[in-house]
Amino acid sequence: MKSRFLTGVSHGIPICLGYLSVSFGFGINAAASGLSTIEASIISASNLTSAGQAAGVGIIAAGGTLLEMILVQLTINIRYALMGLSLSQNLDKKFTTPNRLLASYGITDEIFAVCSAQKQPLTPAYMYGIILISMFGWVTGTFLGASAGHLLPQSISSALGIVLYGMFIAIVVPPARRNKSILFVAAASALLSILFKYVITAVSSGFSVIICAIAAAAAGALLFPVDEEAEE
Amino acid sequence: MSTAIYIIVMAGVTYLIRMIPFTFFNKKIKSRFVRSFLKYIPYAVLSAMTIPAIFYSTGDVVTAAVGTVVAVALAFFNCPLIVVALAASLAAFLTGVII
Repeated sequence: MKSRFLTGVSHGIPICLGYLSVSFGFGINAAASGLSTIEASIISASNLTSAGQAAGVGIIAAGGTLLEMILVQLTINIRYALMGLSLSQNLDKKFTTPNRLLASYGITDEIFAVCSAQKQPLTPAYMYGIILISMFGWVTGTFLGASAGHLLPQSISSALGIVLYGMFIAIVVPPARRNKSILFVAAASALLSILFKYVITAVSSGFSVIICAIAAAAAGALLFPVDEEAEE
Repeated sequence: MSTAIYIIVMAGVTYLIRMIPFTFFNKKIKSRFVRSFLKYIPYAVLSAMTIPAIFYSTGDVVTAAVGTVVAVALAFFNCPLIVVALAASLAAFLTGVII
């Protein structure tokens, strides 16, 4: 039991390091949007997600509606539902309902990627190990970014604003290169997003993301339905 | 509106999305369209969030554009997430120093 926990911690160390630097950028962005260090840290501890938090902070800063917040989080984070479904197929017997309720908090892109690569059934201890070390990196980075971001020279803190987006690019580009349908979806979504930014400016940025993503993903699903078995 | 309410709603929605399928679902989704849609959603979301927002992320379109090009190039050659993210930032920083 304990060794599975430590295995999880060791598998989570690269994630922790990656999260440290990315969430540092989030902390800076959050502080620049008017949030306090404590608020930014609580957001990171309670959400543990990059894109959803970035969009959420944008809505808070803009004074958006709660409906907008709910719809944006649903759209951006709906992928976690699919990941949860996928992980639920390969769980150890020790995964009782209370364990599932607790571990589901830590389903992120990177944790999902590492967990789904495991051959043996996932144990709660293993997932808690990987989640705990990853969360430590994510919250610490946010705290440092939000609190010390002001202390950095302007040239460095503004350059760090791009870190989170760099990570998004690193997630999208490799599969888009291998898979034409993903390239189509990503390109269509980006084009729509540009359209909403410069042409149809009445739509808020949060709703724009929802509309672009749903339209592009639906078009992709119609034009390039995935094979029954060949799911990546 | 209080920031706390936003944070509670944000965290609550995010948790429920993760918790419900992981805790209560055991069967696989049958609909091919839904499965395809769910597969494409992450890429569509990240793409829409990144473009064009990335060009305003550093406060200077030129430094951001250089960072973007570096990120796309490194991602194209499958560099790790953290390398891509930090290199984009370093490129934006160096560009800012030069211009």
